[in-house]
Amino acid sequence: MEQKIRVLVAKPGLDGHDRGAKVLARAFMDAGMEVIYTGIRRTPEQIAEVAVQEDVDVVALSCLSGAHNTLFPKVVDLLRAKGADDMLIMGGGVIPEDDIPFLKEHGISEVFGPGTPLATCVDYIRSHVKREA
Amino acid sequence: MYDKETVGRLKAAKSKWQEGADKIPAGKTCKAYSDCTTSSGIDVKLLYTPEDVVEMDYMRDLGFPGKYPYTRGYQATMYRGRLWTMRQYAGFATVEESNRRYKYLLNQGQTGLSIAFDLPTQLGMDADHPLSEGEVGKVGVSVSSLADLEVLFDGIPLDQVSTSMTINAPAAVLLAMYIALARRKGISADKLNGTIQNDILKEYSARGTYIYPPAPSMRIINDTFAYCSKEVPNWNSISVSGYHMREAGCTAVQEVAFTLADGIAYVEAAVKAGLDVDSFAARVSFFFNAHNNLLEEVAKFRAARRMWARIMKERFHAQNPKSLMLRFHTQTAGCTLTSQQPDNNVVRVTLQALAAVLGGTQSLHTNSRDEALSLPSEDAVRIALRTQQVIGYESGVADTVDPLAGSYFVESMTNRIEEEALKYIARIDELGGAVKAIERGFIQKEIQNSSYQYQLEIESGKKVIVGVNKFQGQDKPFTNLMHIDSALYEKRHEELVAMKSRRDAAKVEAALAKVKAAAVSDANLMPVLIDAVDAYATLGEVCDVLRSVFGEYRPDASF
Repeated sequence: MEQKIRVLVAKPGLDGHDRGAKVLARAFMDAGMEVIYTGIRRTPEQIAEVAVQEDVDVVALSCLSGAHNTLFPKVVDLLRAKGADDMLIMGGGVIPEDDIPFLKEHGISEVFGPGTPLATCVDYIRSHVKREA
Repeated sequence: MYDKETVGRLKAAKSKWQEGADKIPAGKTCKAYSDCTTSSGIDVKLLYTPEDVVEMDYMRDLGFPGKYPYTRGYQATMYRGRLWTMRQYAGFATVEESNRRYKYLLNQGQTGLSIAFDLPTQLGMDADHPLSEGEVGKVGVSVSSLADLEVLFDGIPLDQVSTSMTINAPAAVLLAMYIALARRKGISADKLNGTIQNDILKEYSARGTYIYPPAPSMRIINDTFAYCSKEVPNWNSISVSGYHMREAGCTAVQEVAFTLADGIAYVEAAVKAGLDVDSFAARVSFFFNAHNNLLEEVAKFRAARRMWARIMKERFHAQNPKSLMLRFHTQTAGCTLTSQQPDNNVVRVTLQALAAVLGGTQSLHTNSRDEALSLPSEDAVRIALRTQQVIGYESGVADTVDPLAGSYFVESMTNRIEEEALKYIARIDELGGAVKAIERGFIQKEIQNSSYQYQLEIESGKKVIVGVNKFQGQDKPFTNLMHIDSALYEKRHEELVAMKSRRDAAKVEAALAKVKAAAVSDANLMPVLIDAVDAYATLGEVCDVLRSVFGEYRPDASF
């Protein structure tokens, strides 16, 4: 049996808006993935720790407070420092177009804004996740 | 509302008509006989007639505006007396910039202020707290002490404006700062008008800015009720909010049910703490969402008003008519704004605002078209405010009270929403009330299920969102977005260091000790909070003292 893709859905920072995060968590689960949700108000350190501990393939970060440019790269740096080089790290939330190049330069593989179909996120994970054969 | 004979004749005529109507090929009736349901899953029929309101009694169920059960509005003259308060939620970056925005809005004809605080402030953390990095000034203005509030309200006459503050876990502390500021300006607390949101229950169930566990949080709220009823009689000591639960994905029925269940919990807690229901209930206000389904929303507001009046009378035996009146603020639904074709949002906001006005709101915030992309720019905010002004001054809907009353459909929908919401309230009662229902995750689960369902309907195309899953394309990049400088964290850090060096440290320490003493006793916290913030104790320092006594709430994460 093929091993399931493991996803950590995470809310860095102080933002409490987690409707999108929870809907996505459920969609990933319905798509056959194993999903862990951190809950709101986690520090980048806490997120990186859980991601490594749970040996996830994907970290999906959500932020609607505007703190993404500070928080997302921090999570990436912490994960890379822990040697989690293969982990796919994606982001979503209320993120202005202008910030997307910056986030991509800092290790966020893709950014999904409001109105993105669930299927787009699921397909993105399936086609970009790095799995050992 | 009709006699049996009239309805009998109508029934016969209707079935005859229906035979005719049935002959229309189903494909040409545009969903007429298939699947038309509201957000709450209430079936909508092709046609409503007196048959649908036959059980209604005008005096029992509607009455006159300003009279029980207030279905038609809480004042006799409604907007003929005075239009609703146009109150745009605003605040960003520094106190200086926000102060300029408030003055701009007042100059543009806005009639009340609504303060948005940033997340550190909402969580009782100072701007220089390590977790504040990246968040300072982002979703609202950063306020860490009375010194900040002095600048925020510079040149704004506190005795002439009403100020609504979206603040919950640390609401008592911000109210204390506002009272202290007014005192310094020679304005006594009884001259102050405004609202603190102060609704912790929906923070646990939807919004997320809780600090302490439910029991001490409810105690702080009781203290504000008791204090305001004596010292700040024109202040709304709470704004029981369904808005955020709706934003988190619940339906219209759930919004009414969960909000009123929270309201019941607050009233019950205050009565249990020894307060006379009529001493505070008149200052309990509400906050609802205005979502896309225009007529369901109108019915929702009317149902909520009637339900609260009945609850206060029958359950709590309130005597003062003002205790029975559900007065509410409305904000258009942020979650309906799309980042695709953002100009369409102006139209959505117009319809939602219209629902709020037709539903009899007391104050209104209209969202800006660019809010799915960032904080609103000044241009977008102006259009949003103008939208209210066009509805108020041009459309004519404000000319007569509750203009949709008597519509077979709207009355029927109002009744259905009340019925369905009462079922939820009964279930919450069975669970032991809203606090217990939240602790058991019931309300959170209900909201999550509805939000997932809503999203699946968008995915399947059953629910059409113009520009998102139908009529896509023609997107042009949106320019002039508001940008908040991330360097604010450092600037605010320096300001706090400077402020702390100016204040009398011994006085601060003594005041904080008194806060702690009051917290461990059952004394009202408000007087000691006012003294503490007046000595320039910071928000973070005060909340840390309370954290040390009350602990912090840590829920399980579920989805």
